[in-house]
Amino acid sequence: MTKLKYAFIDAYVIAQRNIIRIKRVPEILVFVLISPIMFVLLFAYVFGSAIDIPGGSYREFLIGGIFAQTVVFGATFTGAGLAEDMQKGIINRFRSLPMSPSAVVMGRTASDVIYNSLTLIIMALTGLLVGWRIRSSFWDAVLGFGLLLLFAYAFSWMMALVGLVVPSVEVVNNASFVVIFPLTFIANTFVPSEGLPGPLRTFAEWNPISALTQAVRELFGNIPAGTPPPEVWPLQNPVLYSFVWIVIIIAIFAPLSIARYQRVTAKS
Amino acid sequence: MAPIIEAHGLVKRYKEIVALDGLDLAVEPGTILSVLGPNGAGKTTAVSILTTLIKADEGTATVAGFDVREHPDEVKKNIGLSGQYAAVDEQLTGFENLRMVGRLYRMGKPAAVRRSRELLEQFDLTDAADRPVKGYSGGMRRRLDLAGALIAEPPILFLDEPTTGLDPRSRADLWIAIKGLVAGGTTLLLTTQYMEEAEHLADDIMVIDHGREIAHGTADELKNMLGGERVVVTVADPDHIARATEVLAQFAVGEQHVDDHTRELTVPISGGAPVLTAALRALDTAGIAVTDVGLRRPTLDDVFLTLTGHRTEETEIASVEVGE
Ligand SMILES: Nc1ncnc2c1ncn2[C@@H]1O[C@H](COP(=O)(O)OP(=O)(O)OP(=O)(O)O)[C@@H](O)[C@H]1O
Ligand SMILES: [Mg+2]
Repeated sequence: MTKLKYAFIDAYVIAQRNIIRIKRVPEILVFVLISPIMFVLLFAYVFGSAIDIPGGSYREFLIGGIFAQTVVFGATFTGAGLAEDMQKGIINRFRSLPMSPSAVVMGRTASDVIYNSLTLIIMALTGLLVGWRIRSSFWDAVLGFGLLLLFAYAFSWMMALVGLVVPSVEVVNNASFVVIFPLTFIANTFVPSEGLPGPLRTFAEWNPISALTQAVRELFGNIPAGTPPPEVWPLQNPVLYSFVWIVIIIAIFAPLSIARYQRVTAKS
Repeated sequence: MAPIIEAHGLVKRYKEIVALDGLDLAVEPGTILSVLGPNGAGKTTAVSILTTLIKADEGTATVAGFDVREHPDEVKKNIGLSGQYAAVDEQLTGFENLRMVGRLYRMGKPAAVRRSRELLEQFDLTDAADRPVKGYSGGMRRRLDLAGALIAEPPILFLDEPTTGLDPRSRADLWIAIKGLVAGGTTLLLTTQYMEEAEHLADDIMVIDHGREIAHGTADELKNMLGGERVVVTVADPDHIARATEVLAQFAVGEQHVDDHTRELTVPISGGAPVLTAALRALDTAGIAVTDVGLRRPTLDDVFLTLTGHRTEETEIASVEVGE
């Protein structure tokens, strides 16, 4: 029991350290803030003007997908941050301390919630600027943002493992894109999944990012009236399905990342 | 009393390199053991095993009564470590670094803050306390790292070359701090390449090379192993070195040491000043000009030279350069 208590206290101390570092190196923050603006503007205008859907705005429909994609991309920061930590002298101090072995990773994923929240805020503001509107109830919208944030948190754990496996920050970025690109593009983020050829369509339908996108669109009320209901279970129950994935991702990647951290720091 | 740090037959290999080759050591509570050795002797490896950072291939070690392999967490609670390279966060201020380390030692917030301020004061870092560490000098980082090792007032301290890179004043200050700690009951294992440091601080000195103990005792005991004093002569002309060696052989009671680079001959003698006078006269007769001459008691450096056949690092580099 005290072990668990200290796991949280230590993670809190590490998160505090990471937050101080965010303040000291605001350059990273600039990037965190610019990328959602860029994503929203780019995709909304480039794709949004290409297609017209009857009875609604394609741009508004797109925003849900952009939100989902951006929070997933944001998780890369977790991997990059950890990879950087592992190369710094301070890790040797951590290794000599009687601290909880989960603290560095837990503290990192926790402090990155700040990045994710900022990303969401900036993204929503930019969205409003280009004509996106929340057309649902207040609580649905809260649930929508909450779901995005949780999903980002789960993905942080996945990228944490990447950050601990690969040797440098640059490789983290490249390795992350290899995972994130297919996940975010073979989905309903930009085009309806019905139009995709066979196996890709199945992948897209069961892809958690499709469900997240669908959930966000529903919760923000951005699905145009008259759109046929989805045919597969994950997209019919997107909130539940996304939530199940959040739990699964954390359940798999949190222990893996922590174990990996222990292995890396306990070098023979 | 039972030793509070104890190791038996530590072996550590890195592929074909044998970093530790059956090292034993024991440190009594409240004393200092100084582990003295040149680069690559295995000092850091030994410290890393005792502080649970790496695992030995063979052998056992206990620290504060806990086996380092079986109970690393218990060991870590009882020790403070300042490694050879400062382990500090560049973006955090000195104060923030210390407070974080204190908190990770599970100190309460107020205690961590109070101790941090205390140590910053003690290590002369008060002015820099609220500046990010990336603007610190090497010596300042070093001192901050040491403060981190001390923050939780652990009963056992491991300091790996703590004064390397410190200026003479900081070094003297640190020596005073170390003596104070030990007077207060702290046990200390310290590694160093400096003879005078081992001599100044340690009750007990262990000389290691190639991962093995090559001598062990107090500074006086080690010096007594070498007997009397030394005549040190610097010849003016490098071509005279060989002749000078021949001339001085009649006075030597042990092996002479010749440093081609500095043209310095070290000759162990017995009999003091009269022998020095006779030696000088003999050199003069042989027509060998001398630029410097002296008589001195054996130093730990001589111990090292005699035992290992090579000098400690600073002088060794000089002689390697000329290709001996
Ligand atoms: N991780 C490692 N991989 C390979 N060889 C290593 C490793 N660590 C140490 N060694 C080797 O083990 C030997 C002992 O190294 P160690 O760092 O313990 O020496 P040291 O006495 O601390 O030297 P220095 O005074 O330079 O700090 C050296 O030959 C070194 O090259
Ligand atoms: Mg070393």
